[in-house]
Amino acid sequence: MFGLLDKNTAILLLSNLAVLAALFGIGRYLKKRSSVDIDAETVRSFSRNMMAWMVVCVVLALGLMVGTIVTVIFFWFVSFWAQREFVTLTPTKPSDHRTLFFLILVFPIAQYVLEGMGAYDLYSIVIPVYGTLFIGARIAFANDPDEFLERTAKLQFGLLICVYALSHAPALLTLDMLMTWDSIDGQWVEWMGAKAGLLLYLVVIVQISDMTHFIADRTVGRHVIAPKVNEFKSWEGLMTAIVVSAIVGLLIQMFLPVTPFQLYGAAVMAIIISVMASSGSMTMCAIKRDRGIARHGGLVQSRGVLDRIASLCFAAPIYFHVTRFFLEVDSIQEINIANEQLDVVFQIGSLTGFWT
Amino acid sequence: MKAVTIPVLVGIAKLFSGATLRWVGSQPDTCQRVYFANHTSHLDALILWASLPRQIRALTRPVAAKDYWVRGPIRRYISEVFNALLIDRDKIKVHNSPIDMMIKEIGDQYSLIVFPEGSRNTESEMRDFKSGIYYLSKKRPDLELVPVYLNNMNRIMPKGEFLPVPLMSCITIGQPMWLEAGESKNDFLKRARNEIIKLRDY
Repeated sequence: MFGLLDKNTAILLLSNLAVLAALFGIGRYLKKRSSVDIDAETVRSFSRNMMAWMVVCVVLALGLMVGTIVTVIFFWFVSFWAQREFVTLTPTKPSDHRTLFFLILVFPIAQYVLEGMGAYDLYSIVIPVYGTLFIGARIAFANDPDEFLERTAKLQFGLLICVYALSHAPALLTLDMLMTWDSIDGQWVEWMGAKAGLLLYLVVIVQISDMTHFIADRTVGRHVIAPKVNEFKSWEGLMTAIVVSAIVGLLIQMFLPVTPFQLYGAAVMAIIISVMASSGSMTMCAIKRDRGIARHGGLVQSRGVLDRIASLCFAAPIYFHVTRFFLEVDSIQEINIANEQLDVVFQIGSLTGFWT
Repeated sequence: MKAVTIPVLVGIAKLFSGATLRWVGSQPDTCQRVYFANHTSHLDALILWASLPRQIRALTRPVAAKDYWVRGPIRRYISEVFNALLIDRDKIKVHNSPIDMMIKEIGDQYSLIVFPEGSRNTESEMRDFKSGIYYLSKKRPDLELVPVYLNNMNRIMPKGEFLPVPLMSCITIGQPMWLEAGESKNDFLKRARNEIIKLRDY
């Protein structure tokens, strides 16, 4: 209907924005009412998160309305911003300067250009293989062996999370043909929905998961997972996030099918996304604690981009790979082959009485 | 021409430096000031100048080394765009004092950006300040001396490198100070240096 969006994805996007705006309004209201027994910092941080997600959704919507390339460029920019924050917070030595140049300008651009071209076999290895080898070699060539392994590890980790992992979100748009299970005819058919739906499903579930985790930690959280890393994140919060994500995922797929998954598939995907998103924000907390940046301020003012997208970075690759592994096909022929294999399974099933 | 290049250059400088500007001890004002800052990168003057609000930027001139900024047409053009006051470091003599030149150039309108360490510093500690800022203050005691702490510029473009890496940086602007009556040169320079060091912890 509009660029990459069809009716369902447009409705999902708009209702998501409406929910965020409503929650933002509630945050504002709570801030004004000083009598409420809620920590002011919590409310402020919640409102800021809602605001940030709204900005992300609006920009993402604009990108999706124009096309794949614009969306890929938008994600490149987010990667760029996140990575510069990561490197800013990570101590490097003056001799790493030229390595940093490749790290921030060359590899991310290569990654996103290859992705825009749909070259999966290249963009899936360029950073984890060649990037890893290159960083080590480039630091060695800079003639400074001091803390060599620490420096290489820091830079590789930043590149992997901020660029490689995040780039799997827009990569969903570059998938070839996808198949979906037609439960009425009992066979695989080509999925005709908009691929933007896959990306939106990921973003919405990450958002829901983060939000419920945040609220549940502060209301029902009793057993803190790792108090040295984060004093709020609790097992109750994690479980609530997983359950709520699964329910919301199920509801989205039931009433507003935007993905090629079946109902149970959508729920399983939501669970995977939620677990990975929570792991991502936990990891980011550990990095910040290690660097001693618990408080706001300093070089990266307030909470940065990195903080907000860590959960998306962790969830994107596995979501992409599961979708690609189970549902991507090259052509109609491959769908037919899948159906024939299915027939064989059915025949064996009915012959043995296993399937009736 | 400059109407186009100034916003473009300012935009590039801001994007590349990811700079946050924080006024912790003073407010933006067009009164005559001397912003003095620690110096670790060639980009210091450009980024600090670009980060100032537009009206203040128009009235502020960075003091820069002539030998660096006249080399090549690009540098010369940039120094022209940001209205730099170029000082010949090799020809500082009594009758050709840069202080007199600065006072003459700023008149009763312009503010200055100076780096009292003299040249870019590669150590983590700031060097001792050169005396220029003391004599400037002695001759023009009405100028507000405003300390500025530039954080992380040396990682964006360290000494000896020619390609900047766009990391983030933070510019902290502190409380104005003046030369006290009867304050000796050394005490004053030490006090000015400490004002910048204090800003690190904000």
